[in-house]
Amino acid sequence: MIKYVTGLLLGIVLGVLAAAALLYFNPLAARNPLSPLSVSNNNILSLGYSAVPTDSIVFTNNGESRVQPHPEKVRELWEAPLRRTEVLVTTLRDSRNNLAGIGIKYSSDSEDTRIINGEALVDSAWHIHLVERGSLFVEQTENYWNFLRKIVLPAYWSTANHWKGVWNGNMTVGPGALGTAAVTGGTGEFAGLESEAVEALKASAYSVAQGPVAVEGHLTIDITGNVGMTASDRVDR
Amino acid sequence: MIKTLILGFLVGLVATVAAAYYVPVVDQHRESSFISVSPNGGNTESFRISIPADRIMIGAPRQAEPLPLGLQWPADESFDGVRVELFKLRNKQDTVVGVASRMVADSESIEDSIEWVLHIPARGTFYAVMPAQPGDGVRRVGKLRAGTREFRPMQGELSERWVPNTYDDEVDAPDGHIELVTSFTGTFSDDVTDSAMTEGVL
Repeated sequence: MIKYVTGLLLGIVLGVLAAAALLYFNPLAARNPLSPLSVSNNNILSLGYSAVPTDSIVFTNNGESRVQPHPEKVRELWEAPLRRTEVLVTTLRDSRNNLAGIGIKYSSDSEDTRIINGEALVDSAWHIHLVERGSLFVEQTENYWNFLRKIVLPAYWSTANHWKGVWNGNMTVGPGALGTAAVTGGTGEFAGLESEAVEALKASAYSVAQGPVAVEGHLTIDITGNVGMTASDRVDR
Repeated sequence: MIKTLILGFLVGLVATVAAAYYVPVVDQHRESSFISVSPNGGNTESFRISIPADRIMIGAPRQAEPLPLGLQWPADESFDGVRVELFKLRNKQDTVVGVASRMVADSESIEDSIEWVLHIPARGTFYAVMPAQPGDGVRRVGKLRAGTREFRPMQGELSERWVPNTYDDEVDAPDGHIELVTSFTGTFSDDVTDSAMTEGVL
């Protein structure tokens, strides 16, 4: 009898491990498609920022995450409805690396997350103000599955608790049909704009203790038909 | 023995895949929404922000006492006309339900305006732009420009009003609160109706 119970339990453990491996190595979930905006001839506004919390103006979360709020004394989002939400306030730079404006990014874990589909979804929104130009609102769903799989988990598995390398990935997967974010202009030259955007991350270092160590974010916004281009908007593609 | 091992393997495999499919990984905490129906159609919901308790950040140039302590606002002169505030957002019953940002831009090249983004994790986010000067001297009213998820099909207005505290005798009383009132019209999306029917609400 003990023999059969042991066999059953061993089988269950092997089955769970096999399923976990299947989910982790799922080739259908490893897609990181080319951004539709990168092959577009439309006018593109390019904005970059550091995704490292200590480089931000303000970063706050529930205070229990490994990624600590910044500055240290900032109020934390500890209340139950906010516990799975992060807010990043950061400077935005144009394609010539000049200061262009301020961006506030709200990110909340999405209830549509399905690990079996290779989806670690985050509902996020950007409130952006570009000085002397105007304001924008960007709404998107992001998928962090590849970021977790290629960077965060390897950092945990590393004996140094650190990941180093080169990883580029488009995070935006919706709500646009082509995996683009929805952009709404608010004021200034962006008033009336209805457009699309894509956010990408470029990571080169991640630490288990600190979170992102060297990660840059990049917003590519289609401003065709609404806005005059400045020289610093143009991106060599 | 081998048959039992294979049976266990299949049970473990199927159970894990089923759990990954059916068990929700994320379940955002929801507070009740206090929405009232307006006599002329649409619905109204009010939010409040207690000052200073709910203020997370004031982003403005040359502050004597930055909030939060240690905040580094860009020194570039072009940011002098930009003021950004970040708040926790409360519902009618004074429970925190979200976060909100208020952005003021004072510039010669852009019409002065005040912008709000209200982010309520369990429901969605919306963006409104209002004129810098209150229409009636008390309340600013701006148009809803964009909304996500629950707010996507909505149209309407957001109003902002500063309500000073009148309890002078209370030492720890707040300075006052910002009252935000939405007045939206729209239809529920199919997604919302379907999920409500599944949960037995409709």
